[in-house]
Amino acid sequence: MKISYYPGCSLDGTAREYKESLESVAKILGIELEELHDWTCCGASSGHVTSDKLGVALAARNVVIADKIGKDLLVPCAACFLRLKTAEKELKAGNQIEGISYKYQGGFNIKHSTTFFREAISEKVLTARVKKPLYGLNAVCYYGCLVTRPPKITGAKNPEDPQDMDELMTILGASVKNWSYKTDCCGGNLILTHPEIARNLIKKLLDMAEEAGADCIIVGCPMCQSNLDTRQKEISRDNGGKYSIPIFYFTELMGLAFGEPSTGKWLNRHLTDTKALLKQKGLL
Amino acid sequence: MQVGGLAQTVAPNSIFRKQVEALSGETISACFQCEKCTNGCPVTIAMDIAPHKLIRSIHLGLKDEVLQSDTIWVCASCETCTTRCPNDIDIAHVMDILRQLSRSQGVKDSQKNVPLFHSAFLTSVRWYGRLHEMTMAVIFALKSEGMTGLAKQANMGVEMMRKGKIKLFPSRLLAGRQVKAMFRQSERRQKT
Repeated sequence: MKISYYPGCSLDGTAREYKESLESVAKILGIELEELHDWTCCGASSGHVTSDKLGVALAARNVVIADKIGKDLLVPCAACFLRLKTAEKELKAGNQIEGISYKYQGGFNIKHSTTFFREAISEKVLTARVKKPLYGLNAVCYYGCLVTRPPKITGAKNPEDPQDMDELMTILGASVKNWSYKTDCCGGNLILTHPEIARNLIKKLLDMAEEAGADCIIVGCPMCQSNLDTRQKEISRDNGGKYSIPIFYFTELMGLAFGEPSTGKWLNRHLTDTKALLKQKGLL
Repeated sequence: MQVGGLAQTVAPNSIFRKQVEALSGETISACFQCEKCTNGCPVTIAMDIAPHKLIRSIHLGLKDEVLQSDTIWVCASCETCTTRCPNDIDIAHVMDILRQLSRSQGVKDSQKNVPLFHSAFLTSVRWYGRLHEMTMAVIFALKSEGMTGLAKQANMGVEMMRKGKIKLFPSRLLAGRQVKAMFRQSERRQKT
């Protein structure tokens, strides 16, 4: 299977392990990723806040590149996903977009990675690839805001209670817990502008994951991962607790379950230790 | 800011509502104050005007109160309000429009850091075609708190660098020129 691929800016930096794990897992599953040639920033957090038209134009440029190829577009970042879907809607409606004159075909779908891996690969194929089932790993899946919201743009079937990662991780053998915070906000870029607000939101998620009986949180968004993973020391310092909950990208755990030898390298990039838990569970 | 307490002294004026409706394409007048937006909002604790009251303030024409509020800058764009509004008002989009209005009309922001963040983000995109996280973080730190800001971010930066999470040099793209042109076009439109 060959599909188009828009990594997004974070995957070159803070979310490098997401990129490495996603690309490895795709290779194992026989999915050929064709990175959009000369892709540019989708405008993400800041384009739409500054100007509607600029926000759409920055994203639309990339959707047009994908349209020319005509294959489904895989997007690992939740913010990129929403911006590209927003631009797609404008292009489909035939609205005038600044700096773009192009006759849009629209014969392809834009898919967030969590949905793509759940839908494109059958349970049978996934199970067949598993060398080391994630038995004993108690987890909650955290989707954050923009994988599902707003559903009129994302097309999410169940925006308040998405299932894709839950199902994927269950297939791989993890014990996935139910919780009510799957799509609550982690604060996103407020971590830079209003760190105290964001830390409160992050703390709530960490507390609720623990209450649900999870040893770890599984995510599919670079900002969620960064916020949850990198702030636990600060939150422990401010609240006197000792927060140390591993925050995995779902693709890292797919790699682990498939026996991909690079998994250890990805996990070393986390700020909150991941290896003690996995060793304790006999998974590493 | 006590918008709730103003109710008796305000003579409603629809000019501002019509302006925001025209810019956003949202039917703000459809709001019947069910408060679902406020009840689902994760950041009301840091807002001076709760989301449903902000919408009501637009109905009443309280332009200055709305554009000078903390609310429009504290909003995390999480889209919960938009998803749950029974009248299909894209409230998160209305927030975007209010932020744009506040900037274009030169309103003195109650919140300095958020506009600085967005400007640092877009500066990096304009220069390189993609966001270069380190460039953005450094511009933001310097503009928000000068050398103190830089020192505050430095610890996290060093830790991330040790983990290989910092890309030192931005990508060089052929498409850089196209992105710059988009920014120029956007600026020209805003001037006219």
